[in-house]
Amino acid sequence: MRMIAELGHFALVLAFAVAIAQAIVPLWGAHKGYAEPMRFAEPAAMTGFLLVGLSFAALTYSFINSDFSLKVVATNSHSAKPYLYKIAGVWGNHEGSMLLWVLILMLYGALVAAFGQNIPPALRARTLSIQAMIAVAFLAFILFTSNPFERMDPVPVDGSGLNPLLQDWALAAHPPFLYLGYVGLSMPFSFAVAALIEGRVDAAWARWVRPWTLLAWSTLTVGIALGSYWAYYELGWGGWWFWDPVENASFMPWLVAAALLHSAVVVEKRSTLKSWTILLAIIAFSLSLVGTFIVRSGLLTSVHAFASDPERGVFILAILLIATGGALCLYAWRAPQMEPEGVFAPVSRESGLILNNLLLSVSTAVVFLGTLYPLFADGVMDEKISVGKPFFDLAFAPFMIVILIAMPLGAALSWKRGDLGRVMSKLWVAAVMAFLVGIAFWAFRTESSIWPPLFIALSFWAIFGVIVDLAERVKLGRAPFAESMRRLGGLPRSAWGQAVAHIGFGITAFGIVGISAWATEDIRIAQIDDRIPLSGYEIRFDGVERSRGPNYRIDGGKFTIFQDGKQIATLVSEKRFYPVQRTQTTEAGIRASLVEDIYIVLGDKQDNGGWAVRSYVKPFANWIWLGALIMTIGGVLSLTDRRHRVGAPARAQRSNPVVPAE
Amino acid sequence: MKRLALIIALSMPLPTHAVEPGEILDDPVLENRARALSKGLRCLVCRNQSIDDSDAGLAKDLRVLVRERLVKGDTDDQVLDYVVDRYGEYVLLSPRFSPLTALLYLGGPLILLGGCLIVWQQSKTNAAAPARAAAPLTEAERARLRELGIDTDA
Repeated sequence: MRMIAELGHFALVLAFAVAIAQAIVPLWGAHKGYAEPMRFAEPAAMTGFLLVGLSFAALTYSFINSDFSLKVVATNSHSAKPYLYKIAGVWGNHEGSMLLWVLILMLYGALVAAFGQNIPPALRARTLSIQAMIAVAFLAFILFTSNPFERMDPVPVDGSGLNPLLQDWALAAHPPFLYLGYVGLSMPFSFAVAALIEGRVDAAWARWVRPWTLLAWSTLTVGIALGSYWAYYELGWGGWWFWDPVENASFMPWLVAAALLHSAVVVEKRSTLKSWTILLAIIAFSLSLVGTFIVRSGLLTSVHAFASDPERGVFILAILLIATGGALCLYAWRAPQMEPEGVFAPVSRESGLILNNLLLSVSTAVVFLGTLYPLFADGVMDEKISVGKPFFDLAFAPFMIVILIAMPLGAALSWKRGDLGRVMSKLWVAAVMAFLVGIAFWAFRTESSIWPPLFIALSFWAIFGVIVDLAERVKLGRAPFAESMRRLGGLPRSAWGQAVAHIGFGITAFGIVGISAWATEDIRIAQIDDRIPLSGYEIRFDGVERSRGPNYRIDGGKFTIFQDGKQIATLVSEKRFYPVQRTQTTEAGIRASLVEDIYIVLGDKQDNGGWAVRSYVKPFANWIWLGALIMTIGGVLSLTDRRHRVGAPARAQRSNPVVPAE
Repeated sequence: MKRLALIIALSMPLPTHAVEPGEILDDPVLENRARALSKGLRCLVCRNQSIDDSDAGLAKDLRVLVRERLVKGDTDDQVLDYVVDRYGEYVLLSPRFSPLTALLYLGGPLILLGGCLIVWQQSKTNAAAPARAAAPLTEAERARLRELGIDTDA
């Protein structure tokens, strides 16, 4: 049984060797124009994936069977841990999560090898070769600094367990999604570098890059949303975003990937903005690497970084500098050759997308500055400063407000030459509806200032704007209803994806405004049968009951909630104590609804027999993650668009006779 | 090893209870001001948490200190000055504008301005230049088109 781990280690070393060959041979073949070496990339990518897969399976096996002779298993697992968290424990530590990172990198390479048959052989060979170079770097990183198959002698009797906070379904699923996104951005990067080597970027290139960007962006959205949702219900006071360096590390690639999605559309449809799109592809993955560096170097203090050591940090920094530096040098050399082809007027869909890119890039820059500024101030000026949530809230929000205003307008403009007056003559209905929603919120939430209802109206402007635009495009009300429905069904999936994702963005914005503006709270020492009035509810404290979970003890605080004298719910808010790690976690009692969450946290027992109780009402909280889910659905819809599957654009166009593709 | 253990211990997010019932001021207006101020002050022994969110002992001391100053009649600015005098600029989660932090505050707007200038410049040159023809076909593409019976040489 213990041999399995050796097998995993061996497979990893083999994968390293295969990746080296895959990095060199196809690139050389493409340079010389030899078909055979170019074709070597595909079996190599498949083999590499299988080998790392085998290695990952071996590590998972060791975790499930509690092989404590492996150091990572001994320090991160425990025999009495639930099955799910034994598996999640594989990536709940530095070494295992790096292996997952590389596994996903290899998965993307294998997917290109399997489904990229319509990509020209030279581009495909070069792309897979670049992908392999990244794999070589990270496999070396694992093998030389973070080997998950390192043994321990003597073998401990039992492991020290996984951090109880991580023993949670959302956090178990969080890293795989996050890495699918992070690492997925290596694909546009490899495509961009391959295109720079070839010196050729055209509409077809953009069409090949787009699905990978979409996939990466969609999974990254899920990953970030899961992390945020986990923080909301697990950390004990309902905070859902902290602008922590590690959060920012995942947020920056997300913002740039969103910009890349939009600029790739311009390259595809109008054959312009090429060199900018290449630059974005390079930056997106570079920020992923920056994120990996931030999380694992320990350079920035963060509430949830991995345990880190300087040697690893230096290694990742070297990878980052070589990858980014190399790609940017290549860019500086080759990009000037890529001239724009399509011309467009200042008011046009193209300009709208440029505005989108500008805003997303600058907001990324703001996050980047804020995240790294303390480091800069300390290193260069020897001053210690903090940059935290209040700064980011203030500095980031204006850009998002402009994006909310501009989004429906830009999406409704036509290519080449648009007319804002005509767009407004279509969208004024949306503006009026949004204004009315704002008024309604202002009326019903009288205690608030004018700002929250205004922002609510803006969010709804984004949502209604998309819907009205859709209705206009299918001539709803102007053509017979059946005709409109037929047109709606005939819209390409990418148009649906765009509409759905934009609505999702508006919904998330709405949730953020709601929870930020109208959350209320009550903190007190409650005796049994005390009633806590809060935001129109009455919360009765019914006492605390002791019980046991699979690997923890529970203090369960019971609460009954009344509204207008009627009982509407009972809640249990738990404090869990994990004896293995000697730590405590809270499981807030949450009555979730789309209007507002009632969120109760049980604190410590007081000397007088009472308990500290914190109650919160969080309006519209769930819309934040609902919006993220809808954005993801939009991404996936767009991913299933015909033209990503069908090679020839002509065929894709012919298949949509009803409505011309946008 | 001990240091590593400490780093691990510090790097784990802990469920926090923050403001305790006993600290809360009777005057709701003062209490609201205290909460708002607390959200902008860093818990010095924590990782990236405000004293409002943290249950560390030092955070509690700071919360109590802020409330004491408020009860004594300090303005919000006076309270912040008092805390910064004792703990340094590091305690502010949103640093004050100074030559040191100018780049932090102006960086975003400057980049936006620069981006706008570049876009403007580009659009001028674009408008001046005639539309370029699409990139010529490669030999492989010509061959493929010939296979399909389309002659591109003509």
